[in-house]
Amino acid sequence: MNDAVITNPKIILKDLNFHYGLFHALKSVNLSIPEKKVTAFIGPSGCGKSTLLRTFNRMYELYPKQVATGEIILDGENILDAQQDLNRLRAKVGMVFQKPTPFPMSIFDNITFGVKLYESLNKRDMADRVEWALRKAALWNEVKDKLKQNGNSLSGGQQQRLCIARAIAVRPEEVLLDEPASALDPISTAHIEELIHELKKDYTIIIVTHNMQQAARVSDYTAYMYLGELIEFGNTDMIFTTPKKTATEDYITGKFG
Amino acid sequence: MSKFFSDTRLKRQHLLDLAFLNITRFFAFLVFAILAGIVITLLIGSLPAIKTFGLKFLVSSEWNPVTDQFGALVPIAGTLATSFIALLIGIPVSFGIALFITEMSPRWLKRPLGIAVELLAGIPSIIYGMWGLFVFAPAFANVEPWLTEHLGNAALIGPLFQGPPMGIGMLTAGLILAIMVIPFIASVMRDVFEIVPPLLKESAYGLGATTWEVVWHVVLPYTKIGVVGAIMLGLGRALGETMAVTFVIGNAHELSASLLMPGNSISSALANEFTEAVGPLYTSALIELGLILFLITFIVLSLSKLLLIQLAKREGKQS
Repeated sequence: MNDAVITNPKIILKDLNFHYGLFHALKSVNLSIPEKKVTAFIGPSGCGKSTLLRTFNRMYELYPKQVATGEIILDGENILDAQQDLNRLRAKVGMVFQKPTPFPMSIFDNITFGVKLYESLNKRDMADRVEWALRKAALWNEVKDKLKQNGNSLSGGQQQRLCIARAIAVRPEEVLLDEPASALDPISTAHIEELIHELKKDYTIIIVTHNMQQAARVSDYTAYMYLGELIEFGNTDMIFTTPKKTATEDYITGKFG
Repeated sequence: MSKFFSDTRLKRQHLLDLAFLNITRFFAFLVFAILAGIVITLLIGSLPAIKTFGLKFLVSSEWNPVTDQFGALVPIAGTLATSFIALLIGIPVSFGIALFITEMSPRWLKRPLGIAVELLAGIPSIIYGMWGLFVFAPAFANVEPWLTEHLGNAALIGPLFQGPPMGIGMLTAGLILAIMVIPFIASVMRDVFEIVPPLLKESAYGLGATTWEVVWHVVLPYTKIGVVGAIMLGLGRALGETMAVTFVIGNAHELSASLLMPGNSISSALANEFTEAVGPLYTSALIELGLILFLITFIVLSLSKLLLIQLAKREGKQS
């Protein structure tokens, strides 16, 4: 199942199971996620790819009756451990969602929101951090003259890049992208994909997408999931050209899904 | 069967549309008409008092039907003080209730809690008044000496808590009002907190924010219009509440710095004295009280709109 040899895993999943109440959503997933690469999770709706993504920052814990068992080792620590500090974990693992979610405040404050939770920077350093994050997210040139404007005044694509800037402003080590371009037009999508390419120099990126072309374009590794099981994981080129499993091939070639 | 509607049918639909437009417009404009009617009635009714007392009416605490000397300071102060106490206690408690129901309560408890809050809102005010007079006030009379002892000598607020522990008075009225406005504020706050998109909250949690940080920095700004609306709804009830306040405020036209002393509110004064008002000036003074209550409500509503504009400015231009 796990065919690719990952020499520098950032995250290792060991026998990860997930339940929504009585529903068994992830079935014994074993997987190593390489550092500073883009790993894509693909599969038909309901296959568990988003559920899997939401275990990496334990976002599921906001809701009752959602339970993950097994191990998720991040930098040698099992993050599912009850002793794991949730806020520290989430500072280390940034997340961007299906739809842009700017907070109801100015562009500047959107970026500083997360930073202020962990660091007390002086005005100068904070302004530098905001510029740095917005540059990283390729948004600086478009918003540098209107940092005081409300985040909601930006276009959808700009809002999503603002959310990416907000996520990386706290300097996480990995970034989780949950269908980050699904609500965007093709041009904004291209922007986001370029951005992902840039970001992998510094971050471990995991992207969930229902768009197979997107997975092929942006990722280095791809995991194909079906009905809560990890069917195949490997180098993206290999998954898309010579998949080992017929189930993967059927999905990739559009015979099903 | 013709593919198109016949001319007469089209014509009838057009007429119906026109009628519908005009009927709804009539209802909408009726609001203006009623508002103008009430203001004009109040103005005409209070003219004799306005002519006699002028602006002195607002600052005089004398209320003497025998000598025909009337001043509104006591009821105005009573209305503002009791409403202020009600909001001072009601807002944080309601915020806590709404927050617990939407963010922290286990799912099975959400509905019972929500229904209980709504039932509380449905209790007629006279029940609150009677409960306040027969149950709450005697019990509170035992607490008042403690307040006097511990707060009576405090700087600035000390004088507010000095006086005989009678149970009834401005503080009691304010507390009863707080209980009455809490279900209103809490249920509206709960409704607006519930419409915050889960993704928005998850984004804040995803940055490592605690529940409190998410609520304070994201949920509240997102719902500010609804929250201010909820508070205004509560304040509206507190300002205008008549029956419950009349039972427990003491109905004394005396100005006192102490909240433990009996006082009066505008609506209580109207309810108590309208039937016994003899002479045109007495009646007119009472009507002017009504006009003042109307103005207070108007000013409070305007201030809330200004507050929202200020808040929006702080968040940056929307476009």
